Amino acid sequence: MTTVDRALDHAHDDHHDVPYLTGKGGPIATVWDWMTTVDHKKIGVMYLFTVLFMFFLGGVAALMLRIELFEPTRQTAAGITGAAFAGGEGSSVGGVGKFYNTVMTLHGAIMVFMFIVPGIPASLGNFFLPLQLGAKDVAFPRLNLASWYVYVFGSFFGVYVILTGGIDTGWTFYTPYSTSTEGQPQVVAMILAVFILGFSSIFTGLNFIVTVHKLRAPGMGWFDMPLFIWAIYATSIIQVLATPVIGVTFLLMLFERLFQIGIFDPGLGGDPVLYQHFFWFYSHPVVYVMILPAMGIISEVLAVHSRKRLFGYRAIAFSSLAIAAVSFLVWGHHMFTSQGELAATIFSALTFLVAIPTAVKVFNWIATLYKGSIALTTPMLYALQFLFLFSIGGLTGLPLGALSTDLHLHDSYFVVAHFHYVMFGGTVIAFLAGIHHWWPKMFGRMYNEFWAKIASGLVFVGFNVTFFTQFFLGTQGMPRRYASYVDEFTTLHQISTVGSFVLALGFVVHLFVFIHSLIVGERAGQNPWGGLTLEWETDPIPLEHNFRHEPIVKHGPYDFESVVPPGCDEKDFPLPPQDEVRTVH
Amino acid sequence: MATIDTRASGLTKQEPLWKRYVPGHHWRTQDDEFDAAKIGIWLFLATEVLLFSGMFCAYAVFRMLYPEAIAAGSGYLDWRFGGINTVVLLISSFTIAMAIRNVQLNQQKWATINLSITWLCAAGFLAIKFIFEYGPKWAEGKRIGNLFSYPYASTDHEHIWWSIYYMATGVHAAHVLIGMGLIAWLIYRQRKGAYGPTHYTMMEGVGLYWHIVDLVWIFLFPLLYLVH
Repeated sequence: MTTVDRALDHAHDDHHDVPYLTGKGGPIATVWDWMTTVDHKKIGVMYLFTVLFMFFLGGVAALMLRIELFEPTRQTAAGITGAAFAGGEGSSVGGVGKFYNTVMTLHGAIMVFMFIVPGIPASLGNFFLPLQLGAKDVAFPRLNLASWYVYVFGSFFGVYVILTGGIDTGWTFYTPYSTSTEGQPQVVAMILAVFILGFSSIFTGLNFIVTVHKLRAPGMGWFDMPLFIWAIYATSIIQVLATPVIGVTFLLMLFERLFQIGIFDPGLGGDPVLYQHFFWFYSHPVVYVMILPAMGIISEVLAVHSRKRLFGYRAIAFSSLAIAAVSFLVWGHHMFTSQGELAATIFSALTFLVAIPTAVKVFNWIATLYKGSIALTTPMLYALQFLFLFSIGGLTGLPLGALSTDLHLHDSYFVVAHFHYVMFGGTVIAFLAGIHHWWPKMFGRMYNEFWAKIASGLVFVGFNVTFFTQFFLGTQGMPRRYASYVDEFTTLHQISTVGSFVLALGFVVHLFVFIHSLIVGERAGQNPWGGLTLEWETDPIPLEHNFRHEPIVKHGPYDFESVVPPGCDEKDFPLPPQDEVRTVH
Repeated sequence: MATIDTRASGLTKQEPLWKRYVPGHHWRTQDDEFDAAKIGIWLFLATEVLLFSGMFCAYAVFRMLYPEAIAAGSGYLDWRFGGINTVVLLISSFTIAMAIRNVQLNQQKWATINLSITWLCAAGFLAIKFIFEYGPKWAEGKRIGNLFSYPYASTDHEHIWWSIYYMATGVHAAHVLIGMGLIAWLIYRQRKGAYGPTHYTMMEGVGLYWHIVDLVWIFLFPLLYLVH
């Protein structure tokens, strides 16, 4: 191929030099512009709102579960929600149990497939990955828009399932229950939803990998990339390599449901354990799709808000890749009881490997804070919460990975508490840190710091009250997925339910803070936190083509001791005396 | 992006489309765009391999669980039809590779011929599959899942063999069908002069896709037809 070099800034029409949020004439033209945009920033914002809407739906389902669990039997719940939770005592399937199972399935399926998997990469990743690389867009902009439409199309099936009565299979769709439970159209629709959402996930992941390879700004080598990008890169590898497996699994499941092909259904000679292997070969790596981008956000927030070079840059970067690699070897720890002892032992041993790169990250983050100039902004508060909560989540994973203790703890509330500490205490808390950290860049306005901190306190207290109690419930023998329980668990369940409403209140305050900021928030300026990564070199609200001139990278992403942040005054961000600075790079 | 920017290359509308091609606004050079597209396609091929790996895995598991059902089922297949189809696909892989070489050398007429042969081979593959394989078997009741009604099955789990057979070859046939659509699009665009020595990204991408479709069949053929 011959090379056709073009002048970079040739023929840029004036209309590209406006902030990306500026409308296009009338409201219809603006809506049409957003619906057909290939701008990664607009797609990121659209993803952010759709994903948060799904979080709302899943959250409502979670609150319904907590209301139901307020009492061993369901008098109060039946009083509040009407006939839905009422019904005969003790029936596990059908009647009252059926409704509980349905709400539980919707909570799990929506939160996993429609909120937390696409969550950070598709929203914040979409917006900031090209900006941090100094690129004008992702590698395949139209594929990016297609990914959003596919996501909406897939979620549409999920919402259809909710509106028509839901399914009660649990989010894992284990056979033979999922192939035999009533509600044919709903089960098929939900399987189809997950199948379609997989394409969206692959599109995004593929796009990001190619973008990182081919669109880094001049001067940006692999080890000059911000760690958020390393995390998204590792995430994308998992998305591309794991998602096709759930695709073929749910394709077979679809035919199992429609034509009884007998591959998974033991009644027809099929192998349900094969289903479990397939399912977890995707669904375990995807746990790291959920947490890795969160770790990327934490790296950014901790460095910027403590004005400190990240300790162990390469160790954090490589640990992301290590987690991605190990993630494919540990699926069997979800199936300790359905496989042989030797296999279970091997999977248990491999599971402990995950702790190594994860701990490398945590230690490096803490070392970063040492002697930093820590600003307790909302993003920083959330990042500190993450360190605390994620460590609890990670450490409680060890007794679950060890065969002997897992024998007692599996399928109990201990497991529920563990993965909520990782998924909520880890991912959602980091997502909140990221939203607050990048909010000024996304919308050009500051949020109210005081009320945001109040909200973050409510979230922290509410979350711990809700889920720390569940560790006790689990060790005392409360099994997960049950609608009723024996009386001695009542107190702990009631504390947990109260906590869940404090948590919900925290989110309501956050919602008002965001709305307030969008309407009357103070103008943010180019670089309110004094960050050094390239997204802070853009205008207060980035232009449609991101940068006024293609950026050339001359310093590392975390060289706080030697570089005055772009768009900032040295008075506000004084550099330390240069003779004290160790020149390490 | 949609409008062709003739200022960049200084070429007029009399020139063929491939000479007037201008990469997307976010690319520094056309080479970068081409490389990116190629990485993208290779990643996509990786997802395809993983998609089919599920089918191969199911095949292996049921071969272990019910060897007699798999052996009996395999015995119903005629290796000659599978063999012909293998040859047909191999020829098509060769011709699409040749077509890419043709546009690189700007031999537009030969490119059309080679692409057309590729398309015809794909159609031939599906014709053989449906007329000589799916059709007669379906008529005898050797069908998928709960539609299975073959009265002379020699083992209990023969319906599982047919499920795997139809799922694996069916998903593969769907890929062939999608490939036919893509190749038809290539012929249409190539006739308009869209591809030439400096721009043939779409040809390269579809070519790689077509090779993986071929490659999957290379594994399906011995596993389903030859091994008993």
